[in-house]
Amino acid sequence: MTEAFDILLQASFWAATLRIATPLIYGTLGELICERAGVLNLGIEGIMTLGAMVGWLAVYEGAPLWAGVALAASVGMLAGLVHGLLTVPLGLSQHVTGIGITLLSTSVASYTYRVLLPNVSTPPRIEPFPPLAEGWLASIPVIGPVLAQQTALTLAALALVPGLAWLLYRTPLGLAIRAVGENPAAVEAQGIDVYALRIGAVVFGSALMAVGGAFLTLSAFNAFFFGMVNGRGWICIALVVFASWRPGKALLGAILFGAFDAFQVRLQQVVGGAVPYQLFLMLPYLLSILALVLVSRRAAYPLALMRPYLKGQR
Amino acid sequence: MRLEVRAHPPRWLVVASPVAAILLAMALAAIPLALAGADVLAAYRQMAVASLGSPFALTETLTRATPLILTGLAAAVAFRARLWNIGAEGQLYLGAVVAVALGSGALSLAPPVLIPLALAASALAGALFMLGPTWLKLRLGVDEVVTTLLLNFVALLFVGMMLEGPMKDPMSLGWPQSAPMVDAATLPRLIGRTRLHAGFLVALSAAALIWLYMERTVWGFETRTVGSNARAAGFAGMPVARVFLRTGLISGALAGLAGAGEVMGLKGYLTQDLSPGFGYSGIVVAMLAQLDPLGVVLAAIFVAGVFVGADSMSRTVGVPSYIADLVVALSLLAMLLAGLVTRYRLRR
Amino acid sequence: MIRAAAVPVPAPVVLRLEAISKRFGELLANEAIDLELRRGEILALLGENGAGKTTLMSILFGHYVADSGAVLVADSSGALRPLPPGSPHAALRAGIGMVHQHFALAGNLSVLDNIVLGTEPLWRPKHHRQAARRKLADLMGSAGLEVPLDAPVGSLSVGERQRVEILKALYRDVRVLILDEPTAVLTPQEAERLFLTLERLSAKGLAILFISHKLDEVVRLCRRVAVLRAGRKVAEFATADASPGMIAEAMVGRAVAMPRRESIAPGRVLLELADVEVPGGPHGGRGIADIDLTVHAHEIVGIAGVSGNGQRTFAALLAGLVRPGAGEIRLEGRPWPTGGPRALIAAGIGRTPEDRLSDGIVADLPIAENLVLETYKSRRFQKLGFLRRGRLVEHARELIRAYDVRCEGPGQRIGLLSGGNIQKLLLGRVLELSPRLILADQPTRGLDVGAVAFIHGRLLEARRRGAGIILISEDLDELMRLSDRIAVMYRGRLSETMPATGVTIRQLGLLMTGQVRHAA
Repeated sequence: MTEAFDILLQASFWAATLRIATPLIYGTLGELICERAGVLNLGIEGIMTLGAMVGWLAVYEGAPLWAGVALAASVGMLAGLVHGLLTVPLGLSQHVTGIGITLLSTSVASYTYRVLLPNVSTPPRIEPFPPLAEGWLASIPVIGPVLAQQTALTLAALALVPGLAWLLYRTPLGLAIRAVGENPAAVEAQGIDVYALRIGAVVFGSALMAVGGAFLTLSAFNAFFFGMVNGRGWICIALVVFASWRPGKALLGAILFGAFDAFQVRLQQVVGGAVPYQLFLMLPYLLSILALVLVSRRAAYPLALMRPYLKGQR
Repeated sequence: MRLEVRAHPPRWLVVASPVAAILLAMALAAIPLALAGADVLAAYRQMAVASLGSPFALTETLTRATPLILTGLAAAVAFRARLWNIGAEGQLYLGAVVAVALGSGALSLAPPVLIPLALAASALAGALFMLGPTWLKLRLGVDEVVTTLLLNFVALLFVGMMLEGPMKDPMSLGWPQSAPMVDAATLPRLIGRTRLHAGFLVALSAAALIWLYMERTVWGFETRTVGSNARAAGFAGMPVARVFLRTGLISGALAGLAGAGEVMGLKGYLTQDLSPGFGYSGIVVAMLAQLDPLGVVLAAIFVAGVFVGADSMSRTVGVPSYIADLVVALSLLAMLLAGLVTRYRLRR
Repeated sequence: MIRAAAVPVPAPVVLRLEAISKRFGELLANEAIDLELRRGEILALLGENGAGKTTLMSILFGHYVADSGAVLVADSSGALRPLPPGSPHAALRAGIGMVHQHFALAGNLSVLDNIVLGTEPLWRPKHHRQAARRKLADLMGSAGLEVPLDAPVGSLSVGERQRVEILKALYRDVRVLILDEPTAVLTPQEAERLFLTLERLSAKGLAILFISHKLDEVVRLCRRVAVLRAGRKVAEFATADASPGMIAEAMVGRAVAMPRRESIAPGRVLLELADVEVPGGPHGGRGIADIDLTVHAHEIVGIAGVSGNGQRTFAALLAGLVRPGAGEIRLEGRPWPTGGPRALIAAGIGRTPEDRLSDGIVADLPIAENLVLETYKSRRFQKLGFLRRGRLVEHARELIRAYDVRCEGPGQRIGLLSGGNIQKLLLGRVLELSPRLILADQPTRGLDVGAVAFIHGRLLEARRRGAGIILISEDLDELMRLSDRIAVMYRGRLSETMPATGVTIRQLGLLMTGQVRHAA
């Protein structure tokens, strides 16, 4: 028991927590923006995979790290645009279209990888984002040592949270996004183009998802593996509900989740072989379901979520 | 210009739309094929020959179609009720685990007893695995899409745990795989020296039964009604929750059967890569079939043909077989568009 | 009443519609409609439900695009310019504001948010709220439209929400204001207040298009009235020169005989509610409490009230969707069946839902299947779990004939029918079971006169046969015409019932706003 408690006091534990939480922060914020505008984006799992592959590939081909991130974001935007066009003006099922986007993005990622690297068995490595290590950040008491082990992408994720909160609650654009997720008719009656707004939100959100994926290959690991996203996208969808569609709570949810995951990895080492390791690996998924169950009673979905709005429809 | 609901979608359009969707998907997939440096026409010709061009190729395609028919039905039944079961993959694995548990030596029974018993038990396992998500949806309003998706990962880890634990084949050399199925639990081959097995007949009968269920029975009527407008169904006094529960169980059972068919008819033992995503492809199958149980059979054969053809084509033309996943994913999106054409028409 | 002083020179035209036509499938919703609106006038657009009023206004505001014709709007210099079609944004920029019949408001956002939405440049990095508040304070004062700016719209009453809608338009300095059936949701007193506001605004130069199907309020408020019928403009009157009879005739075209209630002595007690309480909940309404009500055979009891005062919960209770939380309900002397809709149907209760499209029909299924939604389990329609499809079709044919439903046949998808035909089928589905107690929830909302007359006739016939009917309606005329007794629902409480012959619309209005507890 004391061993379990000791884990919580290690800086390395909290560093791991943030590392695990980072892709979830990007993914959850991306999904949150889509859903706030009224569009469920089940393409997230595939878009993260595509972002992971594209970011890695760009750097592998010699691009700077940040160019890899930007390229991943652009490809994510493209996938988001397809999802947006199909679900918003055409009003197609957001569930099925999203699954389609995930299948498509995943297969594009695998296909491209295999076309360019037909015969490699061990994934080639790249030089990932370095930890911040030095500088004024490391000298901050308590959280300094934790932040010092992170990369710039994690810091950007942390900065994104207040940024998005500001956008949603303090700007006219954010007001329009919140309104279109509640009642698109109200937005159209005020002269704002519902389609442009919703598609824009989906495109932007998808870019964040792709950056979350790119974090995996450019920061957390240094190579691309098939199946490396491993359900993180779906976990983000659960986290959005858990966060009641609020950026601050999304951050909290992602960090809680990361802490739990980091904790179970360390606990696994403590417990050793007594319990099959798969049981520990199941925990993140079961925990996500539990999170959904816990908030289910008071989950206040955006009222127009998953309701297509067709102009001129009688 | 605007969209207008068609009062009567012409029958030819309903039939033609999946064909058009498939053609569109293949046309789009030609771009990555060409980018990979392949001769597109030659590649598609090779795919067609390898999947349909000979009796043997055809049996390979039908063998591959067997689990797809069942997962396609699982999706079609659930989606008809607007129950979004995306968990067929996990339910399939659960079915396979149970089939192996009963059929790899634990029971010594005659085939006519053991085979139906193992099939029924795997169907039950798949159904029970879908029970949780359905129950959470009904009682707490938890979105079943997320729960079923997450449970797929849990199921796969559970399989890994079984294969490295109680179900491990002592004869296998480190590679996690189960003990082989006994002969009495193996589905008979339909045609000698091919891999086509009786599971195909099970899948065909399931399609026919599900069609009968959906279109002719009171329960099917309830399913269609709840799927189209659950509120009106509830107002009229239909037992909406019971309908969802029943639909979830049937859907899970079909997916579970798919897993049993694979281990009992094709592989003979269980590994962690039993299914290359049959559960997810089943969604594409169901959508291509426009959720019609009989259409599922045709759609499954098409999707199976793409996979079988792509395997062979990738060897000869040198293009990754992931092109099959690409074609299938594109077919799904193209089919959604095609559905729009049958439902609406453009009017000035 | 304030009227703009007679002006010798006609005020300048601010809006002109030229030969607007619009078709929806087979239906010609608007046919070559011309209309002109001048500065500072209130023009009424009068017509029955389904005459094409809302379509015309939706074209004007850019929700729909006309098949042909043009909309011209005066710019700030007074010159008429064509309005780009299909864009609410363009309409707003041209100075046209619209108060929708179904309010276009986001309930979770504050009043202020709803009003400023879309008025600031979207890419501005921060809201500018102080200026907005000042301007709104001025507007509220001068127009007499007080609303709490920081309250979420969802917490406002229907009348307050309408004020928000008007403020939304005024905040944008519109020159033309369109109001689509604004009084449909108001009490008579709130409507009076609205009229005063509109007169004030028009006196300041605002041009107002007032859409209504109620003749008396049009005559009262407007000096000019354009009448639409079946998609065409059939007449235009100066209200001073035309008798109400002339206008009414133009509006209806043919004389529709409205069925009348015969006097029948009430029969035995069918339904008794004593101190019934139902908490608010998922059925979308506030809770109800202290409900006492008795319904007899041969009797129609009307329930009046502004929407959102508990009618929805009351209807859900009588439809079997929720159970009473406390109190006692007795049906023909026996305890109320609590087994849900099926138990109620079995006990002889017929129910038609408020929202026929979302609760009544399954739009994608054929008519025949829709008509057995309540009875498919009976021996008549199934055998060993299989539907008897021949009987379904035969049954649908009978009902279609008996209820004079215009359709292609039992196999047609029900969602393609008109509202009137759908309502006839829903009523038929209920009445064929000869229910002893009937819940009729907004049975004629949005229907044209012919359909209204038909539905009223069937309800009165059921009353004659001995049924007791609970009629929930927002249409006070309908309530007065059909009901033997009327009670008013206000904030989840039900008033005592009053004989319909002994109560005025004004009295009902006072009860509906809670200004008095009982009729004098």
